[in-house]
Amino acid sequence: MSIISVKKLTKKFGDLTAVDDVSFAVKKGEIFAFLGPNGAGKTTTIKMLTTLLEPTSGTILMNDIDVIKNPRDARKSFGIVFQDPSLDTELTAYENMEFHAVLYGLSRKLAKERIDTLLDLLELFPRKDDFVKNFSGGMKRRLEIARGLLHHPKVLFLDEPTLGLDPQTRNHMWQYIKELNRNEEVTVFFTTHYMEEADRVANRVAIIDHGKIIKEGTPASLKEETNATTLEDAFLALTGSTIRPEEASLLDHMREGARMWRRR
Amino acid sequence: MYLSVIYILWLRQLKRYMRSRSRIIVSVAQPMLFLVAFGFGFGPIYAKAGGGDYIQFLAPGVIVMAILFTAMFSGIEVIWDKQFGFLKETLVAPVPRLAIVFGRTLGGATVAILQGFIVFLITFLVGFHPQSAEMVIISSLFMFLIALLFTTLGTAIASRLNNMQAFPLVINLLLMPMFFLSGALFPIDTLPTMLALVVKSNPLSYGVDAVRDTLVGIGHFGLATDITVLLVVTAIVIVVSAYLFEKIEA
Ligand SMILES: Nc1ncnc2c1ncn2[C@@H]1O[C@H](COP(=O)(O)OP(=O)(O)OP(=O)(O)O)[C@@H](O)[C@H]1O
Ligand SMILES: [Mg+2]
Repeated sequence: MSIISVKKLTKKFGDLTAVDDVSFAVKKGEIFAFLGPNGAGKTTTIKMLTTLLEPTSGTILMNDIDVIKNPRDARKSFGIVFQDPSLDTELTAYENMEFHAVLYGLSRKLAKERIDTLLDLLELFPRKDDFVKNFSGGMKRRLEIARGLLHHPKVLFLDEPTLGLDPQTRNHMWQYIKELNRNEEVTVFFTTHYMEEADRVANRVAIIDHGKIIKEGTPASLKEETNATTLEDAFLALTGSTIRPEEASLLDHMREGARMWRRR
Repeated sequence: MYLSVIYILWLRQLKRYMRSRSRIIVSVAQPMLFLVAFGFGFGPIYAKAGGGDYIQFLAPGVIVMAILFTAMFSGIEVIWDKQFGFLKETLVAPVPRLAIVFGRTLGGATVAILQGFIVFLITFLVGFHPQSAEMVIISSLFMFLIALLFTTLGTAIASRLNNMQAFPLVINLLLMPMFFLSGALFPIDTLPTMLALVVKSNPLSYGVDAVRDTLVGIGHFGLATDITVLLVVTAIVIVVSAYLFEKIEA
């Protein structure tokens, strides 16, 4: 049974077609990796799935809800860790977590329990009352993840969650997510540029390039088809080895620059 | 009813306000300048023309000014939130956007009215004295309505803008004529017809009139008219603002 079903999804920004007639399905309880070079259209797809962007055309069904027609109901089904920063830096770590707990209607008791567990898991507990503006880039990232894991949704979107994290934190995070996946049947939809990570945790992967899905399957089947020993080799065989943002616009570079600034 | 959501959004605005002292000081400074420069500058002329104590006339206008400016500029928080990314967190939340707009504007309005109270206290220093304590309470209700109206308007404008630089420009373009043509600084009974018409079509005039009427008993339109106009305009602006907020993409 699919929990996400996307048909002929397209998003155009002016002349640029960022997502081009994409169709795919994610099964309930699956850990699904959405892979692709920079600018392939991963974040744009996630934004459409999470009601932040209106598609140019196509349909999205999530948890049997039409996401485009009924965004408000759809929002009850998912949680997300964004690729870009989304914390209130004028609040403390704890306040950011509390805010999220209230938005998602967690009871006080459950909220406190989970906030403590998650801040501990991501090694932020001793800094919980510090303002986020005084956090390092990696600490902010960890807080974003802790917050995203707070409300145990049906579908969890993670857009490059592990970018800039040390291996210890990455391991803790994936352990927790796998438990969520096992115990509560949370479906996980994630992107990453670390291919070994995708290989290790994903049940299935889809590879998107230039806005089109060019391959779907289990990590093993992809490696087999391309005669590769690692998923990274398979990925390179499928997407070619030229560096992608050849077509990245000036705006992209500026955006990337701004992102780096904010992360500092 | 999403009361806890509205509450947490309100609380966030208040925390952010309390934590930025410079904002508090800057937004009190301008009304102070008006109070001192106009109050003492025009006071003697006003008295000579038979108008009475100008401070009594001016102080309510300056209090409204503090509220108006803080309220309108609080819209910039929406743009900050867009720019720093926090807006996404609220946009994907499983709560009606109306609750989000309402919580935010209630927070912004509370901040604006706090600013108004600070200026109110300062007016005592230059000799302002309201007619009675009960009327001060009634006046506060009008102040709150003004705060709510213009916070919502500021938020609506901010929902449409993506640019930190553009916002103050647009707001100032609106604020200045709105403030100067509201009867905050001068009586409107004796204005030329054309100008009087402009003042009458400015919703802020009714706010100024209500606050002055309740604080010192000098009124022009009557409180019933004031409250009707303020309520109707506020309702319209809230609906428009909720609609625009609903359309925000990230
Ligand atoms: N708001 C926007 N306006 C115009 N173009 C956009 C906008 N957002 C994304 N794009 C373009 O859409 C394309 C896909 O971008 P997207 O962010 O989805 O890539 P991605 O696969 O997430 O890449 P990365 O791995 O770098 O995060 C890019 O060419 C990008 O420039
Ligand atoms: Mg991306």
